[in-house]
Amino acid sequence: MNSLITLPLLIPFFTAIILIFFAKNIPVQRWIATIGSVLTIIAAISLATTVYTNGIQTMNLSNWEAPFGITLVSDMLSALLVVTTSLIAFVCLLYSFKSIGKEREKYYYYPVFFFLILGVNGAFTTGDIFNMFVFFEVMLMASYVLLVLGGMKIQLRETIKYLLVNVISSALFVIAVGYLYSIVGTLNMAHISVRLHELGQSGIVTVIAVLFLIVFGIKGAIFPLYFWLPGSYYAPPAPVMALFGALLTKVGVYSITRTYTLFFTQDVGYTHELLEILSIITIVIGVIGAIAYSDVKKIIIYNIIVAVGVILFGVATLTTEALTGSIFYLIHDMIIKAALFLLIGIMIKIAGSSNLKDMGGLIHRYPGLAWTYFIAALTLGGIPPLSGFMGKVLIVRSGFEAGNYWGAGIVLLSSLFVLFSVMKIFINGFWGEAREYSQKEKQPVKWLLTAPVILTICAVLYGLGTEAIYPIISTAAETLSNPEIYIKAVLKE
Amino acid sequence: MKTNNLILQTATKVLVFIILLFSVYMFFAGHYEPGGGFIGGLMASGAIVLLLIAYDIKTVRKILPFNFIKVTATGLLFSAGTSAGALFFDKPLLTHWFTYVHPPLLGKMSLHTAVLFDTGVFLVVVGVTMTIIQTIGESE
Amino acid sequence: MEILMAFLIGIIFMSATYLMLSKSLLRIIVGTGLLSHGVHLLLLTMGGLKTGAAPLLGQHAEAYTDPLPQALILTAIVISFGITALFLVVAYRSYQELGTDNMELMRGKEGNE
Repeated sequence: MNSLITLPLLIPFFTAIILIFFAKNIPVQRWIATIGSVLTIIAAISLATTVYTNGIQTMNLSNWEAPFGITLVSDMLSALLVVTTSLIAFVCLLYSFKSIGKEREKYYYYPVFFFLILGVNGAFTTGDIFNMFVFFEVMLMASYVLLVLGGMKIQLRETIKYLLVNVISSALFVIAVGYLYSIVGTLNMAHISVRLHELGQSGIVTVIAVLFLIVFGIKGAIFPLYFWLPGSYYAPPAPVMALFGALLTKVGVYSITRTYTLFFTQDVGYTHELLEILSIITIVIGVIGAIAYSDVKKIIIYNIIVAVGVILFGVATLTTEALTGSIFYLIHDMIIKAALFLLIGIMIKIAGSSNLKDMGGLIHRYPGLAWTYFIAALTLGGIPPLSGFMGKVLIVRSGFEAGNYWGAGIVLLSSLFVLFSVMKIFINGFWGEAREYSQKEKQPVKWLLTAPVILTICAVLYGLGTEAIYPIISTAAETLSNPEIYIKAVLKE
Repeated sequence: MKTNNLILQTATKVLVFIILLFSVYMFFAGHYEPGGGFIGGLMASGAIVLLLIAYDIKTVRKILPFNFIKVTATGLLFSAGTSAGALFFDKPLLTHWFTYVHPPLLGKMSLHTAVLFDTGVFLVVVGVTMTIIQTIGESE
Repeated sequence: MEILMAFLIGIIFMSATYLMLSKSLLRIIVGTGLLSHGVHLLLLTMGGLKTGAAPLLGQHAEAYTDPLPQALILTAIVISFGITALFLVVAYRSYQELGTDNMELMRGKEGNE
């Protein structure tokens, strides 16, 4: 019996509750939030090391045996994602201290922040499909509040759209779970996998698979369902944007990865082919958006869509190597997207506008910002020693091996365009003539800059330490490609 | 605008207590029969809403001087604390414990940690419902 | 009975979709409420309608009703209660702030160019 698995959930939960009591006392709130966040990181890292040395950790809530009660399961993939989430949360918290504003801090920004972390960590950790829905809702509820907090016109408008889209997708989620329950009669994910494999290939399973793809596709922003993302992510302030961009879509991607490796592996010819085609179109759409806009926020937001496509392309290929690449890229993308959002947050704060046409010459007065951005941009593009490289190599190579030349080619080409789109920000924003804001007093950005610098260092280390990290990630991919390991650990057969 | 709703106000004075009492009954009935913290909490907040309709928001605030968001937080603390408490006894999260006691006169009774959990749910429901209603009602 | 429920659920979904496609924000919220009712009924039907006694120890019945769908529905009801409440508050705030509840008029340029 190991209670370590619950700590990354319980610590944010209790931190959030305690924070509500101190809502009006900002310094106390900050201290409690920092302590809670650091404790979450420590718990997450020790959980990950335990999983690495002792194998998959499980806990049957309320002491009900595995297929009957709710089970928390932490395999290598979810442990790694929980670690990354906790790290990003900590960094966004640091950034929030100086940028989010007193009003928001008084109106329960920090408690809601921690409820969001609870929801995300929960969705990564749970081993029960309905419980996953519940954690999704916790996460979404927190995200609605974070999105609307501040009550500016654009925020209200975008929140209404975001709420409506997500209410519908939640309804579809429950419907999909209902259908699944009607044919397998269980909600435990490992048990569902066993029952589905006994059932073999049948039409209804494929229908449910596609329904799940729609549900998670709305959350994860894949091709026909990404429409809400560029608008909604545009509205909130930078740290919230970083949290959303780094975490929320990735929860959708994680859920697709989990269900498409554990449940729906009977009719690969249809379901995974569909996923592959959609992911390629997602990449293309994302790239077009990233190149077309001259608004820094929009460029990075469309880059999220590209990354989702790349990760899902690896998942659709469904070989151990491709899955390793996907996991590599998933974690890399979470870290670097958070860093980029925070960096452009600083740029917007300095320039007072998010349009590239109003920026320029930032490098003269803010060299630290400029070079951090440069490294982060190169990392996103996947320049060899940095962290985006390894994931993409594995995804592309296994794509070629599987004979999917078109898809792998597009993934390869997309990194060039991604690099172009972020370099566009560098060239237009940092180089060139300085604009009016340069007359204004120099903004104090040192504190704000520490947050993205920490993340960029993490990303660089993640890239340089590939050799050391590889065995950990391949353990995670091993579990994904052999569902038996997961099933055995949960059902204890 | 001040309307004369004497009948409503007089009736409310009696009804509120009956409803609150019934909500407590519902809350404890939930142990073995239909009922429980959620429904009890909804009923209790129904009683407070009746007060709000009969009187106005200021009077109700004088009668019940709570910050309902803090009520919610207290409820969460109860529920989360009960479920996490199991970890200290080396049991999985949310595991409950119960025993039977035989106090004089009352006969056999059961003591169950789930009651504490349900108290939390009760408080959360009252807190959340009242927060929502106050938020919408206040700005008028 | 299941067939009847299927039709009922279909009609509820249809009305919900119709309401959600309208311009008035309040109708949209009613639509989402209706949608979640439909989903709950669907969940109940998917678990199989009444097939036995209440699932309690000591009932000694031949067959028991599956308690799980009901537990799921209870959870889903609580969640949709919360979301509807939040949606109403957000709608009310945006009505104050933007001065309209018409989705057509709510459209803005900011961030959409």
